Amino acid sequence: MLDDKDRIFRNLYGLEDWRLEGAKARGAWDGTKKLVEKGPEWIIDEVKASGLRGRGGAGFPTGLKWSFMPKPGGPRPHYLVVNADESEPGTCKDREIMRHDPHLLIEGCLYAGLAMNAHVAYIYVRGEFIRERERLQAAIDEAYAAKLIGKNNRFGWDFDVFVHHGAGAYICGEETALLESLEGKKGQPRLKPPFPANVGLYGAPTTVNNVESIAVVPDILRRGATWFAGLGRPNNTGTKLFCISGHVNNPCTVEEEMGVSLRELIDRHAGGVRGGWDNLLAVIPGGSSVPCLPSPACQSLHMDFDSLSALKSGLGTAAVIVMDQSTDIIRAIARLAYFYKHESCGQCTPCREGTGWMWRVLERMARGEAQKGEIDMLLDVTYQVEGHTICALGDAAAWPIQGLIRHFRHVIEERIDDHQARTSGTDAVRSAAE
Amino acid sequence: MSVRRLDINQPDEFSFSKENERWAADQLKKYPKDKQASAVIPLLWRAQEQADGWLPEPAIRYVADLLAMPQIRVLEIATFYTMFNLSPVGRHFVQLCGTTPCWLRGAEDLKEVCRRVIGEPGQVREDGQFSWIEVECLGACVNAPMVQINADYYEDLTPESLEALLEDLAEGREVATGPQVERTNACPMGGPTTLLNGGAQRQTRSTPTRAPAKAKIKTLRKARKGGPDRLIEISGIGPKIENQLYELGIFHFDQVAAWTKADVAWINEQLRFKGRIEREGWIAQAKVLAKNAGGAS
Repeated sequence: MLDDKDRIFRNLYGLEDWRLEGAKARGAWDGTKKLVEKGPEWIIDEVKASGLRGRGGAGFPTGLKWSFMPKPGGPRPHYLVVNADESEPGTCKDREIMRHDPHLLIEGCLYAGLAMNAHVAYIYVRGEFIRERERLQAAIDEAYAAKLIGKNNRFGWDFDVFVHHGAGAYICGEETALLESLEGKKGQPRLKPPFPANVGLYGAPTTVNNVESIAVVPDILRRGATWFAGLGRPNNTGTKLFCISGHVNNPCTVEEEMGVSLRELIDRHAGGVRGGWDNLLAVIPGGSSVPCLPSPACQSLHMDFDSLSALKSGLGTAAVIVMDQSTDIIRAIARLAYFYKHESCGQCTPCREGTGWMWRVLERMARGEAQKGEIDMLLDVTYQVEGHTICALGDAAAWPIQGLIRHFRHVIEERIDDHQARTSGTDAVRSAAE
Repeated sequence: MSVRRLDINQPDEFSFSKENERWAADQLKKYPKDKQASAVIPLLWRAQEQADGWLPEPAIRYVADLLAMPQIRVLEIATFYTMFNLSPVGRHFVQLCGTTPCWLRGAEDLKEVCRRVIGEPGQVREDGQFSWIEVECLGACVNAPMVQINADYYEDLTPESLEALLEDLAEGREVATGPQVERTNACPMGGPTTLLNGGAQRQTRSTPTRAPAKAKIKTLRKARKGGPDRLIEISGIGPKIENQLYELGIFHFDQVAAWTKADVAWINEQLRFKGRIEREGWIAQAKVLAKNAGGAS
């Protein structure tokens, strides 16, 4: 288990004071002046050396992303945008950071802003997080009052942090949709290239980072890149917030080392699978968008980017959704398919039409009202949606269904057989006899 | 994609209150000079708050004019983002999360409660108190199943606790937000598995920030003959708090029953929670329990 002294989010559950004073007692805003004086190149090098990979789902190296920003001196301002539009089903980690450790996020914004030559940061909070937004704003007000940020602050890097919010659209978690929304438009993703680092918010160079990616930066700089890189596994370094939901005895969010075994996460922190480990049916290891894994694959599973993608799944946001044997897995995935149908922005035809089509077929399959040949047809359609849309929502809608068919095809077939036996008993007997 | 249309019945006009006008002018300062359109979502949201939880068509026009945007662009926004309610909602607007993590933990049963107590989704109950809809993931998955009612989350619900919650709201009683079970935020039930010595401990070993306040409260070094009372019988106290109270030297109902206001403040401080003792009426409960215990022995 991760040693307590190596934890970054030391007020994850809000058991202590979230305000500036409490945050300082936990180490926030310590030695900021010195770190700022070391300059942007040093910050980017440290973050690169730490091996930090983006915590929003894709796992792109954060330091490298920052280095894509144009050199200072251009005519356009630079922007840092923090993606706090946390909406991936299963994920509730950024919420804890915003309401219980907001100063880590604000301090991280300052370093990130300095590193990419930005004087302004916008934090885009999902609309439903009203209390979290109020809390974050209160913390920002404290930071302004203490001259930690703002014009002529103590550290000599003028820096404004503004809270912005959405109004209920999952798609705005996609970075270019988020920028559109922040500009006051419908959240429909942009084609890339140009990438936001060249043409982002208001047409200016912009980097969009997840809340957790930014909030771990102060600790990386203070304790050193080698400390962070020493945690976890090669290419999957550091600590990570895991959200364990579903059929476990004590669902919770917990900070653990990257590469921690799934079993340890569930047994040690979440009180075990409901009804015991043998009662496990499947796990969705990284938020709703990644394919599920059946229990045999979960026996010795390391929770990191590379291990999970080797199993054709993904770490995503590290939101572990646990399902026990009582779960109707077809309905569970059909409910996710409905989610993607509901959240498709409607811009690209394969996604707009495909998500609804896939959901309707899955609903029929959940009742058994389907032909076995339709399973392959459904699988084929998922491949026609995947990779044929502007953003990754199409992929995200396709992957859970691919995971279902890959691992639980027999369940769908049994359901179809059962239904046929019920509705036309004689036919089923005949086909069984043949 | 969801298809959403404006309500047939619309008020004649809308304009911001004086206070909201000032607030809106302040919001605009967040964005560069010629980028006022950025404020459209926050402004529409404020308009919805002012109009009792839904967004009338005149408000859409009003915000468009205020931001010098074409009205059709703002109408697009209002219909695209699902948190803008295009028809009236109840005084307590219940948004029930039905996505898989909540579904796995019983969101369907909560829907039944809403159907029974409130009615069909989207319909405002006759007395105007409630309306409810199913929404997609609200991002509180480790506290599933949950609902959002107006601005607050109510988590770790059961059909019974949801029904009690709705009744409390209807009666205008004060309710606790967040988890509706013995649990703090996203912490596992039964207490944390990490940072058992507190998060600030490493930094503050030499200078503790929370110097223990002097207790005037009557504590005992150990339980009286016959052993400690089962403090968990007080609703609101679980095994963890019971143990903490034992450690502080509180073993018996009559001790709890005799707490003064200052004692309550001290206990609140020790156990790091605000107002629960008062809210859950521990003292009153303890009085009854102490009486019963006294009568029995």
